[in-house]
Amino acid sequence: MSLPAWADQGERVEPRPFARAPTRGSRPPAPVVVSFLVILVIVLGFLRTSPGGEALFGLAGSGGAELVVLGPLSVPVNPALYGFFLLTAVMGLAYAGGRLEAGGLVLGVAFLSLVGAFLVWATAGQSLNLMGMLQATLVRAVPILLAALSGVMCERSGVVNIAIEGMMLGAAFTGVVAASATGNLLVGLVGAVATGALLALVHAVLSIGYRVDQIVSGTVINIFATGVTSYLSARFLQHMAWLNASGTFPDVVVPGLSRLPLIGPLLFRGNFFFYLAIALVAGLHVLLFRTRFGLRVRAVGEHPRAADTLGVNVWRIRYVSVILGGMIAGLGGAYFTLGSVGRFDELMTAGRGFIGLAAMIFGKWTPAGAFGASLLFGFADSLQTKLQILGTPIPPEFLLMAPYVATIIVVSGIVGRATPPAADGQPYEKG
Amino acid sequence: MDDVEKAGVGRNQAPGEGQDRSRPVLELRGIVKRFPGVLANDHISLKLYPGEILALLGENGAGKTTLMNILYGLLPPDEGTVMVRGEPVRFSSPADAIEKGIGMVHQHFMLVPVMTVAENVMLGEEKVHHRFFLDRAGVSEAIRKISERYGLAVDPQAYVQDLPVGIQQRVEIIKLLYRQADILILDEPTAALTPQEVHELFGILKGLAAAGHSLIFITHKLKEALELADRIVVLRRGQVVGETEAARADEATLARMMVGRDVELVVQKPVARPGEPVLTVEDLWVEGEHGEPAVRGVSLEVRSGEIVGIAGVQGNGQTEFMEALVGLRPSRAGRVMLLGRPVTGLSPRQVLEAGVGYIPEDRQRDGLILPFAIEDNLVLDTYYHPPLSRRGWLDRRAIRQRAEKLAQAFDIRTASLGLPVRTLSGGNQQKVIVARELSRSIRLILALQPTRGLDVGSIEYIHQRIVEAREAGAGVLFVSTELDEILALSDRIVVFYRGRIVGTLEAAAADREQLGLLMAGATGTGGVAA
Amino acid sequence: MTGEPEPGARAGGSGTGDGGRVGVGWLATATTRGAVPVLAVLTGLVLGAVIIIVTDQDVIEAWGKIGSQPLALPAAAWASVRDAYRALFAGALGSPYALSESLVTATPYIFAGLAVGLGFRAGLFNIGAEGQLFIGALASVWVGYAITGLPVCVHLPLAVLAGALAGAVWAAIPGYLKARTGAHEVVNTIMLNYVAFRLSDWLINGPMKRPGWVPITPEVQPTAYLPRLFGDPLRLHAGFLLALAMAVAVYWLLFRSVLGFELRSVGANPRAARVAGINVGRTMVVAMAMSGALAGLAGTSQVLGVDHWLGQGFSAGYGFDSIALALLGKSHPAGVVAAALLFGVLRSGATRMQSAAGIPIDIITIIQALVIAFVAADALIRGLFRLRREEQVPAEMFTRGWGG
Repeated sequence: MSLPAWADQGERVEPRPFARAPTRGSRPPAPVVVSFLVILVIVLGFLRTSPGGEALFGLAGSGGAELVVLGPLSVPVNPALYGFFLLTAVMGLAYAGGRLEAGGLVLGVAFLSLVGAFLVWATAGQSLNLMGMLQATLVRAVPILLAALSGVMCERSGVVNIAIEGMMLGAAFTGVVAASATGNLLVGLVGAVATGALLALVHAVLSIGYRVDQIVSGTVINIFATGVTSYLSARFLQHMAWLNASGTFPDVVVPGLSRLPLIGPLLFRGNFFFYLAIALVAGLHVLLFRTRFGLRVRAVGEHPRAADTLGVNVWRIRYVSVILGGMIAGLGGAYFTLGSVGRFDELMTAGRGFIGLAAMIFGKWTPAGAFGASLLFGFADSLQTKLQILGTPIPPEFLLMAPYVATIIVVSGIVGRATPPAADGQPYEKG
Repeated sequence: MDDVEKAGVGRNQAPGEGQDRSRPVLELRGIVKRFPGVLANDHISLKLYPGEILALLGENGAGKTTLMNILYGLLPPDEGTVMVRGEPVRFSSPADAIEKGIGMVHQHFMLVPVMTVAENVMLGEEKVHHRFFLDRAGVSEAIRKISERYGLAVDPQAYVQDLPVGIQQRVEIIKLLYRQADILILDEPTAALTPQEVHELFGILKGLAAAGHSLIFITHKLKEALELADRIVVLRRGQVVGETEAARADEATLARMMVGRDVELVVQKPVARPGEPVLTVEDLWVEGEHGEPAVRGVSLEVRSGEIVGIAGVQGNGQTEFMEALVGLRPSRAGRVMLLGRPVTGLSPRQVLEAGVGYIPEDRQRDGLILPFAIEDNLVLDTYYHPPLSRRGWLDRRAIRQRAEKLAQAFDIRTASLGLPVRTLSGGNQQKVIVARELSRSIRLILALQPTRGLDVGSIEYIHQRIVEAREAGAGVLFVSTELDEILALSDRIVVFYRGRIVGTLEAAAADREQLGLLMAGATGTGGVAA
Repeated sequence: MTGEPEPGARAGGSGTGDGGRVGVGWLATATTRGAVPVLAVLTGLVLGAVIIIVTDQDVIEAWGKIGSQPLALPAAAWASVRDAYRALFAGALGSPYALSESLVTATPYIFAGLAVGLGFRAGLFNIGAEGQLFIGALASVWVGYAITGLPVCVHLPLAVLAGALAGAVWAAIPGYLKARTGAHEVVNTIMLNYVAFRLSDWLINGPMKRPGWVPITPEVQPTAYLPRLFGDPLRLHAGFLLALAMAVAVYWLLFRSVLGFELRSVGANPRAARVAGINVGRTMVVAMAMSGALAGLAGTSQVLGVDHWLGQGFSAGYGFDSIALALLGKSHPAGVVAAALLFGVLRSGATRMQSAAGIPIDIITIIQALVIAFVAADALIRGLFRLRREEQVPAEMFTRGWGG
C-alpha cells in the first residue's frame, strides 16, 4: 500500500468563529462591558476628587546599595489621571467599534489603568515607595505561588486539592518547631516538606484509595490541620517559647547584579523562598511537559481510562502527584514561618492556600500562568499594606478585602475562562 | 516505570512469521464472569488462529465487551483460562496484555484530545533521552514508518481534538502497532464512521491480517461481520451459541442465532398520512461545545403523522440541532415554529409544555436521575402539575398512582416503583423515559438515538410505541446513526453532514448506498438538496 | 466545561425519593445505616484520647521513667484521659445548667448544619456558613439595637428575619456566580468568608461601634431578645425551639415540596434536571439563599438569644463544624439535629475540659476532622469493625471541576 499524501487526512475540523454566519446581534459579553464601565466610572471619580499636585514614587531599594541611587519619580497627578482615563476610554471604544478582538486585553489594560490611576490619586501630594511595594509584591506572591504550583501538580493528575491551606498550616508549624528544636533552618525546611507530604498522603489515601469525594477529603485535612496546630500550639508553644523561635532564612543577595539600579533590588536581592519558587516554576514546567512522568500525569488527569488501557498505573501516578504537590505545599508553609516571621501563629496562613487555587485557575493550570497570577495577587496584597500608610479615605478593612474580592472575580471567570484537566476531581474506578 | 528500550523496537519479529497457522495464537477456555445479578460470560471458549479475522457477533448486552476486557486485563475472570501462544496467562492489568502482544481499540476511543498524536501513541511506552526526557522526534519517526507500512496516514504533531473521527481511529490502530501488538481486538470500531470510512478501515484491517496479525472484530452488525471476517462466533446472553465460516453464513441464520428467534428486520407500520406541519425550522444556526458552528443553516419541516429520521455520522450537528429545538442550547440565528407558534429562545420547560416529548441521547446522563426512585423519574417533568402536586406540595400518593399506571402501560418490570431507577436494566430504563415522554399530551416527539445500546426486544418495543404515537397524530423527528434503524422507522429521511442537510429522501425510495454517500458529504447524488 | 463527571448521587438513606416516606422508612434506614456514624464518633473519641495521652505532660514524664517505674506510664495515661473526659462529660451533661449550656451551644450548630446539609442536597458545597452567620448576626444586631420603640411581637420577628435575609443574600452571591458562570462555590464561599470578617471588623470598629473604647456593638433592645425558656441561670432560649422547627421545615421542604424535588434533582443530576425542564440556575441560587438564610439564623440565634451584642472574633469555627454535622447527619434534617446535639455536648463540655484538665478546646476540632473522615470513608470504619458492606451507595460528589 502506498502512502497517500499528508493532505489526505480528511479536512481538519477546527473550531472557528462564526465568520459568515448570520448572528443575533453580536454584542460584547455583558461581564466585560459592565466591568469596563465600572472601571471607567471609578477613574472618573478619581479625577473629580483629585487634589492635584504631584505624586512622588520612590524607586530606590532600601539601604541604597545600588551603584546609582535613583531619586523619586515625580508624577503630575491630574495630567496622569487624564492620561489613564483617555487610555481606558480609547481601548473601550476600539473594542466596541470592533477594532479589537480580545475583551481580555481591553479589560487588562483598563484594569492596569485603574491601578495606576488609583496609585497616583492616593499618592497625590505625598510619596510612595514604589520599589518597596514591588518588592513586597514579589515576596507576598511567594506563598500564593507555591500553593498554586502545589495545585497544578495535583490537579494535572486529576485530583482536586483544596487541602493546600491545611498542608501549609501544618508545614508552617512543624517547620518552625523542627528548626527551633534543632537550631537548623534546613531541618525545619525538611520537616515542613515532610509534613506536607504526609498530609498529602492522607488526601491521597482518602480520595484515591477510598474514593472519598476530593472536596470532602480536602476539607477533612483543613479542619484536622487547623485543630492539630491550634491544639499543639496551645499545649506546648505557649509555655515553651523556645520551640517557637526559629529565625528566618537570610535574604539571597546576588553579588554585583544586586547593585544595579531598579532591577538589582527587585530581582537580585530577595527572599530565599522567592528564588526557590522561581526554580520550581521552571522545574515543574519541564517535569510536566518534557518528561515521561509529566506526560503520564497529564494523560491521567485528562483521560485516566486511556492511560490505564496503555498500562499506565493511574493510581500510582496520582499518588505520586498528590504527594509531590503536598511537598510543594510544605515549602509554601515553611515560607510563613522560616521565610517570613520565624514564629508560628494560629491560622497564620489566612486563606493563602485558597487564593493559590484561584491563581492556579487563573494561570490555566500551568506553572508559568500560576506565576503570573500569583504576582497579581501579591500586588493586591502589597497594595493594601502600602496604602494604609498613605492614609486614603478608604478604610483599611476594605483594602484588606482586595485579594479576596480579586479571587472571586478570577474564579468566576469574568477575567478569561480556563479549561481544567478533563478528569479533574473524578475518582478513577476500573472496569 | 516500564523499561523504555523496548518501546517501539522491542519484539522485532514480524507478526505471524514462523508461526504455525494451525496452532491458535490465542485461546479462551471456559471463561466465566459474574456481575451482581448478571452472568456476563458463561463458560466461553474460543480460539483465534494466526492471520485470521474473527468476528465476535452479538447483541448489546451479550457479553462481548466484558469478554474482551477480560482478555485485555481490564477485568479479572471469575473462572477459566486465557492461553496466549499455548501458554496460560493471568493478566492483572492491560500492561500484562500489552506485554504479550495484545492490543485493543476500544468502542469509545482512548485518546487524550488535548495531546498530540505522538504523545497519545507513545503514552505508556515512551521513547526517552537522558533517561527522563521525551523523545518526540523519535516517536514521530516511528509513527511515520508505521504509517508508510500500513497506509495509515496521520500527522504525528497534530492535536487529536482537531482530527476527524476516522483519523482518530487510525491513531488508535497506530497505538497498537507501535507496541508491536500482533493480536488486535477491535470493539465496535465502525460505530462513528461513514460507510466510506468503514470501507477504508476494512481495507486496512485486511492488510493487517495479510501481514500476519490476528484480529478479533467485535460487532453487532451482521453485514459487517459477513463482509470482513474469516470466521464468526455468535454470543447470546453470555454464551457461545454458534460458530461458522463467514463464507458459509447468511444474514437470516446469523440473526436467528444472535437473538434466539426470528427477527423482523422491518418495522410494521401503516402508510403515513402526514397532516399539518407541527414543526417548522428555518435557517437554524447553532454553536457547538467550543463555539464552533455545529448547525449551519438547517431548514426542516415535520408534519403530524409522519416520522422524519435524521441520518448522519455522529458529530455532524444532529445533537446540537435537537438540543436547540428543545431549548437546551441557544441558537445563533434562525426560527423554530411549533404548531405555528415561534418557540425560539424559550426555556426547555416552555418547549416541553408546548407539546414536545424529548428523548435525550444519553439516558443515564440526561434522561434519568439514577439515585431517584423509578416513580420520581416517571414524573420528572410533570411533578408540578396537579394532581401530582398542589400549591407547591407533592402528593406522593398521586405520584405513585401515576407511576403504577405508566409502568403497566409501558411494561416496565420492577419489584417496586420505590427502588432507585439505577436498579433497572438498560431497556427498562429507556422505557421509563419513553413512558414519561409519550404519556404527556404531545404533538411532537424529538428523539435522539432512542434505541442505542438496547437488545432487540426493547428496540422493537420502542419502535412500536413511536409508530403508535405517529398513528395518534404526533409528528416524530428522530436521530440515529444506525442506517438500519433510519431505514426501518422513517417515513422521510434527511441527511446531516457538517451541520447542514445534504439530502432529503422518501424512505421508500432510499437505499443504503445512496445514504452512505450522502453521509460522507457527497451531494447531488439523487437526493433533493435542501 | 469539559468532562462533566458522572452525575453525583447523594449518599445517605434518603438520597432516593424514599426519604420522603413518612417516619417508618426513615427509622428503618436509621437503624441499618446508623451504625457507621456512631462508630465513627466513638473512634474519633478514642483517637482523641490517644492524642490527649501522647501530649500530656505527666505521660511524657512517665515515659522518661519507664525503666524505673513501668506502671507509672499506663497510670498517667489513664489519669489524663479520665480527667479530660470526666471534665468533658461533667461540663456537658453533669447538671441542669450544663445540659442547658450544651443545648445553647447546639442551637447555632443545628441551624448551620441544616444550612450545609440543604446545600449538599442541592449539590452545593457551602463552606461559607461562617461568613453568612457573621452577616446574619450583624443584621440581627443592627435591627436589634438601632430600631427602638417597637413591641416584642414586631421587633423580634423583624430582627430574626433580618438575620435570615442577610445570610440569604450573602450566600446567593456565590450561588448566582455558580449558576451564571459556573464558578465553583467552594472557593467563592471561602473568599466571601474573609470579606465578611473584614466587613464586620470595619462595622464593629466604625459605624456599629458602641460609644467607648471596646470594639463591640451596642446592646440589643430587650424587645428583640429571643426569650429564655427557663429562669436564671439557665440560658436555654427560644432559638433552640426555632432551630428544631426549622429542622422539621427543612424536612418538609426537601421531601414534600415541589421546590425540594427540584432542588434534589439538581443536586443528584443537574443535566437530567435541566433536560426535564427544571431551571437549574435558579434552583441553585434559591438553594444557596435558603442555605444562607439558615446559616444567618445561626448567627441570629446567638446574638439575640445569648450574647445580645456582637464583638470581633464572634464565631468559633461554626463554618467547618457545620460541614462535619451535615456529613455526619447524612444531610438529613433528623440526622443533622442529632449530630448538632452531639457537637453541642462536646463543645460545651470541652470548655470545662479546658479549664479543669488543661486540654485545649481545639481537641474537639481534631476529633471532628477524624469523625468526618470516618463517615466519608466508611470503608475504614467497616473494615475496623468488620461490618458487612451494604448495598453499593455511590459516594457524595461535589467535585465537579472548577467551572469556567
